[in-house]
Amino acid sequence: MNEMTTVPIAVTINQTRYDVEVKAHHTLLEVLREQLHLTGTKRSCGEGECGACTVLVNGEAVNSCLVLAAEMDGAEILTIEGLERNGELSPLQQAFLDRGAVQCGFCTPGMVMAAEYLLRTTPHPTEAEIREGLSGNLCRCTGYEGIVEAVKHAGRETDS
Amino acid sequence: MSYSVIGSSVNRVGGRDRVTGRQVYSADVSVAGTLHAKLVRVPCARARIVSIDKTGALGVPGVRMVFSGEDLEPPYFRYGPVFADKPIIAIGETKYDGDPVAVVVAETVDAAEAGARAVEVQYEELPAVVTIDQALDPGMPLVQDPDTRGDSPFRDTNTLKEWRFGWGDVETASADLVIENEYSFPMISQFAMEPFAFTAAPDHDVMTIYTSIQIPTKMQKTIADLLGKPLSKVRVVAPDPGGAFGGKQHPKFEPVLAYIAEKLQRPVRLELTLAESFYAVRRTSARVRVRSGFTRDGKVAFHDVNADWLIGAYADITPRIVEKGSYAGGGPYVIPAVRILSRALLSHTTPPSAFRGFGVPQMNLAIESQLDIAAKKLNIDPMEMRLRNIPRKGQNFLPDDPACDGHWDQVIARAAENIGWNTPKESNRGRGMALGIKMSATTAASYSVVRLHADGSATLLCGTSDMGQGARTVYAQIVSEELGVPIERIHVVMGDTSTVPFDLQTTASRSTVYMGRAVYAASQDVKRQLQEASSQGSDSNEEILKSLFGKVSGEIIGVGTARAEKRDGHPLGGHTAFYELVCTAVEIEVDRETGGVTIHKLVTAGDVGKALNPQHVHMQDDGAAVMGIGHALMEHLIYDERGRLRNAGALDYRIPTTKDTPGKMVSVFVENEDGPGPYGAKGCAESGLLAIGTAIANAVADATGVRIRELPLTPETIWSALQEAGDRS
Ligand code: FES
Ligand code: FES
Repeated sequence: MNEMTTVPIAVTINQTRYDVEVKAHHTLLEVLREQLHLTGTKRSCGEGECGACTVLVNGEAVNSCLVLAAEMDGAEILTIEGLERNGELSPLQQAFLDRGAVQCGFCTPGMVMAAEYLLRTTPHPTEAEIREGLSGNLCRCTGYEGIVEAVKHAGRETDS
Repeated sequence: MSYSVIGSSVNRVGGRDRVTGRQVYSADVSVAGTLHAKLVRVPCARARIVSIDKTGALGVPGVRMVFSGEDLEPPYFRYGPVFADKPIIAIGETKYDGDPVAVVVAETVDAAEAGARAVEVQYEELPAVVTIDQALDPGMPLVQDPDTRGDSPFRDTNTLKEWRFGWGDVETASADLVIENEYSFPMISQFAMEPFAFTAAPDHDVMTIYTSIQIPTKMQKTIADLLGKPLSKVRVVAPDPGGAFGGKQHPKFEPVLAYIAEKLQRPVRLELTLAESFYAVRRTSARVRVRSGFTRDGKVAFHDVNADWLIGAYADITPRIVEKGSYAGGGPYVIPAVRILSRALLSHTTPPSAFRGFGVPQMNLAIESQLDIAAKKLNIDPMEMRLRNIPRKGQNFLPDDPACDGHWDQVIARAAENIGWNTPKESNRGRGMALGIKMSATTAASYSVVRLHADGSATLLCGTSDMGQGARTVYAQIVSEELGVPIERIHVVMGDTSTVPFDLQTTASRSTVYMGRAVYAASQDVKRQLQEASSQGSDSNEEILKSLFGKVSGEIIGVGTARAEKRDGHPLGGHTAFYELVCTAVEIEVDRETGGVTIHKLVTAGDVGKALNPQHVHMQDDGAAVMGIGHALMEHLIYDERGRLRNAGALDYRIPTTKDTPGKMVSVFVENEDGPGPYGAKGCAESGLLAIGTAIANAVADATGVRIRELPLTPETIWSALQEAGDRS
């Protein structure tokens, strides 16, 4: 595969359709950040070990640094930029803000997306399920207390 | 005192941008027309660079420059916060694994990477100094050329510098019990989730550096010196760092990028991965040998300390780390005789820099373990032992320094009651406690401007870096408290040296105290101007602003300053603003089959003076606690015998995850409003990390009867120690 090779893909990101030519060797993360300027998704390890780049692809949580953009043709992608609705934070985002889940914030987009996936698949997670579900997402600032609290709380919110 | 917003847990200012992905970090900055850089490295610690063939790289489409040491001419520019010892790129010889030999600059990242692969470096690997013993061995090569070390008495050795502190006479001090041990503290990675990313962008005669940094003003000075520009023509834009922990205090690759950008008159950008960031900075490791004397009634009679600190190929801020960490190395105790000899030893490893705690945890492991060992031998409860030795408020314990500035007995009591120190515990469990103390800022220069706009909203300008500690929030609370402006109508501007006034640095848990005071003073300045205007008949802010600016608009500008000058002759150059004091207590269990440690409960108790935002204080404590668990149980950088770093990156270097946190984590604090900061605040960003490794080591000893004198306490280390102890008995 030549570094010049490009592939046309059509993806839906945060409910907007994009038709883009992507380099065959570029990851979804590179395309999101560098080509589409959706910089909310973060790059830290770049090797699938930290979760900072987590997005939802067809409803599944994915490390966007590990998948090739070229494979995303036809995919439905949700990134951190897509959670807010009409200027309103999602309940999960609000819980992160209120419960002290955010310090420097660099892990936050990936953490929120991993938690979003968790709550979609397990609407009322136990603490153990939360810790399991977020164990692939590293945070160096918070000690995870606020994050676990926030997800617990957001899980409870969706009860009603 | 009762306040309106001070002391309440208002939400993080900037938090909304962080949960929506809008927050701009240094890697998110994009400057039009930017070139991309990639570093070329050789896979060993130390090498003589024989030749660099750039032809192949220059033939890659899009490559604009391949820069290396040969492109520079003597005298070489060197930089560093204490000694100017680091060239902008390796000259003739690499000095540590990861030391770049060339920089490839191209139109795209892909081209830069292809170019970097095409650079052909001929090198000859040379023997490297990787351990403390090698650094002390006169037969080993010198890390730094003696000719670059001026008139240092150590110029012909690998000792960078030596410090001697103390008082009393350890030789004649009488003691009923003397114990001597050696402790070792590993190299650790700061591991900020945000890897380094830099852009240098020339525009006419101004050079702008975008970088995630704790000390923008020092960066500005370094770049100005490099390029021969006045400070006014160097602009440093520091987006809020994505975690820093000390690792982002001092320049990394900004100088080489600025040099190249100036040459090409194009912006140049370099983004590192997390793994690459491991080669840019680390924490200083140390080997500490202590002989301690105790009286029968549990008083510390003396400590005689010899500490060797393994620094890297360049000094960075390590001389200050060793100096400050050693100075109060005896801990927060009244001790008749202390003698400390510390040496900073150069090696062919990544140059360490600051890391939360700044030299304290290394000494803490030794001193606080000694206390526990003595307590056991003397049959005194370890908490009681500490209570017998701490100073009372107002009592002197360091001869040249301010007296004890808090009720430290209350801190110990809070920790004890929360861990249940005096309650029965399950037989397989152990409890451990350790105190930690850190000298804070010894000098300061913080300036702040508050602009009260005609509509009653306010803009605050200040040069602190908000790297997650929440400085923006606390400052907004101060302005809100003093001027009655709601938090959401306050905008806090930071991190652009062309906009915000000077600040010395965001380090040493100083910002709430020093910049906080400057912000408070600036708010008072605005208040005074409002009051002056109000004597003309109006009283509410709105009315005064309307009377002043109703016809021709305008604003009130308040200026505030907080300074602490150098004290000549003082060993640290100044008095600490306050003591950052912590008591960490843990309850743990050791799996004797695997050596694994389960932390059931962890308590961090601090003396914070006044918690301006209690939630933020808890977050600092919780974050530091889990980071400390990393130090205690799992983290250490591994260099092989050739000086190659073997575990850079998240795959091979484990930090705590959601599954490694304590069963229960509690953060409590003592508030007597007796700090030098606004409303009696003290700093608290580092305390949670100071004593945690020791508290856990003490708890392991309590649970197993086996004392381990090195961190991290990995399952293998504990298991082997248990086996060995079993064999002996
Ligand atoms: S950046 Fe993708 S998992 Fe770390
Ligand atoms: S908030 Fe900084 S890494 Fe999680």
